[in-house]
Amino acid sequence: MKPIFMTYTRGDLINLAILLIVGVVVIPMTVSSGYWYTSILIPWLCLALATIGQQIIMGYTGQLALGAAGFMAAGAFACFNLILRVPGIPFVAALLISGLIAAAFGILFGLPSLRVRGIYLMVATLASQFFIIWMIDKFGWFKNYDSSGIITAQDIVIMGKPFTSPVEMYLVIVAVVTPMTLIAMNMARGSTGRNWMSVRDMDIAAESMGVSLLKTKLQAFAISSFYCGVAGALFAFTYLKSLEPVAFDIKLSFKVLFMVILGGLGTINGAFIGAAFILLFPVLLNYIGNNVFHGAIDATIISAIEQVVFGVLMIIFMIYEPLGMAKLWETIKIKIAGLFSKK
Amino acid sequence: MTERNFPIGGPVLEVKNISLSFGGVKAITDTSFNVLEHEIRAIIGPNGAGKSSMLNCINGIYKPQVGSVTYKGEEVQKVTPNIMAQKGISRTFQNLALFKRMSVLDNILVGRKLHTTSNFMEVALQLPKAKREEKVNRDRCEEIVEFLEIDDIKNTPVGKLPYGLQKKVELGRALATDANLILLDEPMAGMNVEEKREMCRFILKVNDEIGTTMVLIEHDMGVVMDISDRVVVLDYGKVIGDGTPDEVRSNQRVIDAYLGVEH
Repeated sequence: MKPIFMTYTRGDLINLAILLIVGVVVIPMTVSSGYWYTSILIPWLCLALATIGQQIIMGYTGQLALGAAGFMAAGAFACFNLILRVPGIPFVAALLISGLIAAAFGILFGLPSLRVRGIYLMVATLASQFFIIWMIDKFGWFKNYDSSGIITAQDIVIMGKPFTSPVEMYLVIVAVVTPMTLIAMNMARGSTGRNWMSVRDMDIAAESMGVSLLKTKLQAFAISSFYCGVAGALFAFTYLKSLEPVAFDIKLSFKVLFMVILGGLGTINGAFIGAAFILLFPVLLNYIGNNVFHGAIDATIISAIEQVVFGVLMIIFMIYEPLGMAKLWETIKIKIAGLFSKK
Repeated sequence: MTERNFPIGGPVLEVKNISLSFGGVKAITDTSFNVLEHEIRAIIGPNGAGKSSMLNCINGIYKPQVGSVTYKGEEVQKVTPNIMAQKGISRTFQNLALFKRMSVLDNILVGRKLHTTSNFMEVALQLPKAKREEKVNRDRCEEIVEFLEIDDIKNTPVGKLPYGLQKKVELGRALATDANLILLDEPMAGMNVEEKREMCRFILKVNDEIGTTMVLIEHDMGVVMDISDRVVVLDYGKVIGDGTPDEVRSNQRVIDAYLGVEH
């Protein structure tokens, strides 16, 4: 497997092409039910993007940060206010600036990482989660003095054309998530990612090689929260279609954290696998409950089963496969390839 | 060693009156010595003599309470690992400090950090400069991998390798920095005779071919006497002998420290 483009092998490029064709051509042509877009594809891609952000800080840089939802909220409300207050701002520009605003918060709340690590850092970064939500709740300006608590998100308008139907919104998300994923992969495989990982694996050696801990950690926090910010804005504008601070509570942060752990620490594709699993598993359970047991199992029990299974899986993965489902998938691929090559 | 590609020059590193203590425990007391350009300088001494602490002071991991480090005739004002790396001092660690989950090649590539100027935006967007730099760095690291004869394991995560190979990777990472001076903290600890001989060969070859100055801590007296140009002996944080291997070997205080003396 010799890389033909940077560190990308021919196989990587073929995979990318297949995914793009499926994502942009096949899905919009074949899937017509709005349910698939609004309940599965759109939240999946939004949360996968946030998971990439969490992956960068946790999986690559090894900083146990817990506050993805806080940065998502910062991005979402920044985007709302930009579109509201800056006349004629293009949606994509608003999205990017929202990301940058979230990144600024990321740098601010990343500062404790220069002093504390591990579980203590986790507690310190929780501050971002609570502070950002509190700030949005406390100052009416962020919510445009709306008293109802729930604000409707504006329509996405790009070059004068509104993107309001589920398929259109899905395509907008694909157009944002694809380049951002590629960019994340470029960073992860290049010198930037090596700096992150060196800090994660052995910070004192990294420093002795000339890697600046201060710069690398804050850079990772900034990029991570940029991804979370953009993801949060997309999440609010396409999935929630409303803005309420409650939607970005600590539960969402934990959800993103679980997506990272189940998907596999330190892998970009693991972000997509982890997000898909956590989103689809409850859907699957519901489906089984309704169609196999015909509603004989109470919905509350099903959601309890969901929690139990997640908890157990989390423990199993932490112990037996810290690299998560992405690694599992690699192993399966190698096994299958081995079967074929024997014949 | 009659003909050397890089003949030994003047002092490149000078350690003056270093004293380091941890609370009430004195690790190093008023220690001074120098390292000449292109030489292989060994630091020896019994366990707990302060050898590793000495290297950590030179490289800035420990901050000595008293004393100064002068590199290339200039007193280093603020000794930190990062600044020393920028000045061209690299190192390996006693208990291995590799990036365990990264591949051998990636570990060595981190050593190229200071030869990488493209920022994260250039890397993210794969601009020509970032690509060019990555290629140059990769080529250099492939050379090192080949030189150290670890070509077949270059894509293996370092954590999965046996100890001896990990030591080699660490040397490789230090070499990748193109440092003028490399501090080797027990590069041969825990190796068998064969591996030690191999490591010696690499150290001598690097010194001979690139002219890298080496400061190494070693316990195996045979090895030290064979490869080093000059030896400094520490005991209880103090210098008790300094000179060529032959001089040190016949120094009464060194013999006493190693063999014990009747009181």
